[in-house]
Order: sequence, then C-alpha cells, then structure tokens
Amino acid sequence: PDIMVHFSAEEKAAITGLWGKVHVEEAGGEALGRLLVVYPWTQRFFDNFGNLSSASAIMGNPKVKAHGKKVLTSFGNAVKHMDDLKDTFAELSELHCDKLHVDPENFKLLGNMILIVLATHFSKEFTPQMQAAWQKLTTAVANALAHKY
Amino acid sequence: MALSAADRAAVRALWRKLGSNVCIYTTEALERCGHPAPVTSGSRALRLRPTGFLPRPHLTRASSRRTFASFPATKTYFPHFDLSPGSAQVKAHGKKVADALTLAVAHLDDLPGALSALSDLHALQLRVDPVNFKFLGHCLLVTLARHYPGDFGPAMHASLDKFLSHVSAALASSYRWTPEGVAGPQPPLPRAPESQ
Repeated sequence: PDIMVHFSAEEKAAITGLWGKVHVEEAGGEALGRLLVVYPWTQRFFDNFGNLSSASAIMGNPKVKAHGKKVLTSFGNAVKHMDDLKDTFAELSELHCDKLHVDPENFKLLGNMILIVLATHFSKEFTPQMQAAWQKLTTAVANALAHKY
Repeated sequence: MALSAADRAAVRALWRKLGSNVCIYTTEALERCGHPAPVTSGSRALRLRPTGFLPRPHLTRASSRRTFASFPATKTYFPHFDLSPGSAQVKAHGKKVADALTLAVAHLDDLPGALSALSDLHALQLRVDPVNFKFLGHCLLVTLARHYPGDFGPAMHASLDKFLSHVSAALASSYRWTPEGVAGPQPPLPRAPESQ
C-alpha cells in the first residue's frame, strides 16, 4: 500500500491542535480498553494482563491503562512526523511483525477506537472534517506499522 | 456472536433516547464518509460549521455526512447527489437509513428476515460493496459517541458495534450466487434472430 500520505496544512493544524488537548494517559487506556471490550478476540495478545473478564474489569485494569498510555504516547510520534510515518514506525513495524505477531488488521481497529475516544471527549471539535483528518492519520499509521510485514 | 439480551436492551434503550433524531445522526454519519471536496490549502480551509456541534433537532443529518468525508470512495455511489453540506438529498438519504435502522431495532430477533428486502436491493440493484456498510457503521458510532458521550461507555459501544455488524451481515446476505443462479431481477437474455 502507498504510505506516502500527504497531509495538507489545514489537516496538520487540525490534528496537532486537537492532539494538544488530549490527555494521553487517560485516552490511551480508554482506547485500548475499548478495543478489548468491543473486539474481544484482541485479548489474545494480553493473556498476562490479569482480569479481562468484563467491560468494567478491562477498563479498570491497571495493565491495560499502562499499555494504552504507552501505545498512545507512541502515536504522538505520528502527530509529530506526519510526513515521515514510514521511517518513524519502521522499528515498531518489525517488532509487531517479527516478535509480537500482530495481525495488521488490529492497527485499523485500534485506530477506530482512538477516533471514538476523541469523539466522546471533544464533541465540539470532532466535526466530519476533523474526523476525516484523523481517519487519514490512523490509516496512515496502520499502513506504516504494517510496512515491514 | 449473537446479540445477547443485554445487547438488545442497550440498543433499544439508546434508540428510545434518540427518538426522532435518528435521521440527524445517520445523515451526519453519511457526510463523515465522503467529504464534498478535499481539504486543501487556500480558500477551502477547514471550516467548522457553526451548527455542527450541539445535538439540536433542527441540525442537518449527522452520520451520513461523516461517511462521505472520511471514506471518499463511498461517494462513488452517489454521483447524482449534491453532496455539499446541508444537501437535501443527503438529508433524505439519511432519513432512509434511519428508518431502516429503526426497523432493525424493532426486529432484533430476526435481522436477516427484517432486512432481506433491503439486502436484495443493495446486492442486486444498487450493488454496493459490503465493505461500505462497515464504514457507515463506524461513522455512525463516531457520530453517536460525539453527541451522546455520557451514554457511549464501552459496554454500550460494544453492543452497538455488534448490532451494526449484524445489520451489515444481514444486508450482505443476498450478495453471493446461489447454486441455482442469482435470484432477483435479471437482464433479459438476447433474443435469437427470428427465422425466415
């Protein structure tokens, strides 16, 4: 897939502007939690995370929150390097493919969870245009992460 | 992954809360799929539409609008539509989608049966690639998350996602050839030339 995505100045400004308001720790935990709740098969990667037996267990699970924060912090790199996602995520791509054995489909699912978390926290800002810019970014990150497969 | 009793209860409760506003959100979801014009530098800067933020009944239709913006390929099914913001055609289509979803909510015990006519329509006449049902479903979730964040916790999110994926599956059920051949309207076979 072509991953040299071009972001216009407006899209970059919109994405960066919203990112500045995001509480990465909270939003990361929520996005990962929702992934595990809505798509329970994704729990396959987190057998050692302890109690994932219910939606509330998952959302309150400290390992889920910590890992969610890690993942979304890494996503922050994407916001800083929108013109160079392939190189930015090259190492992580190898890691997810060779060591973690994660089906790249999961990157799209998590991307969509990030969008939904943004929508719940930023009702005013999350217009269709804002979603389109973020949809582009999450798709591009998913493709960059899948690049080394 | 059948819809559990809890899923059904959650979906029905949310639908009651949405009331007559369902079509507002399906329209926004459609717009979220295909933007009327690409975002470029210059005059068509990202404009935040003044009426676009708060859930008010007179708003234009939310979910349809989101689908056209984020998944521009969805626009290929609407070359005959005016897709600019506020389009009456998108609004009308949002209402159709809303009515279909409301029908689905009323028949959670038999989605394939309730949606079989719509499945035939999409498969045989409209011939919409089923991947687009997923895009619209996602944009509807984003729209509802935005307008009802307090109601859109993970459990509700999961129930709605499940419901929409069942709707998509029901809509896609007419899409494949049966061993006996394709059911439904067929183009007329060419007639053999009349013998002298």
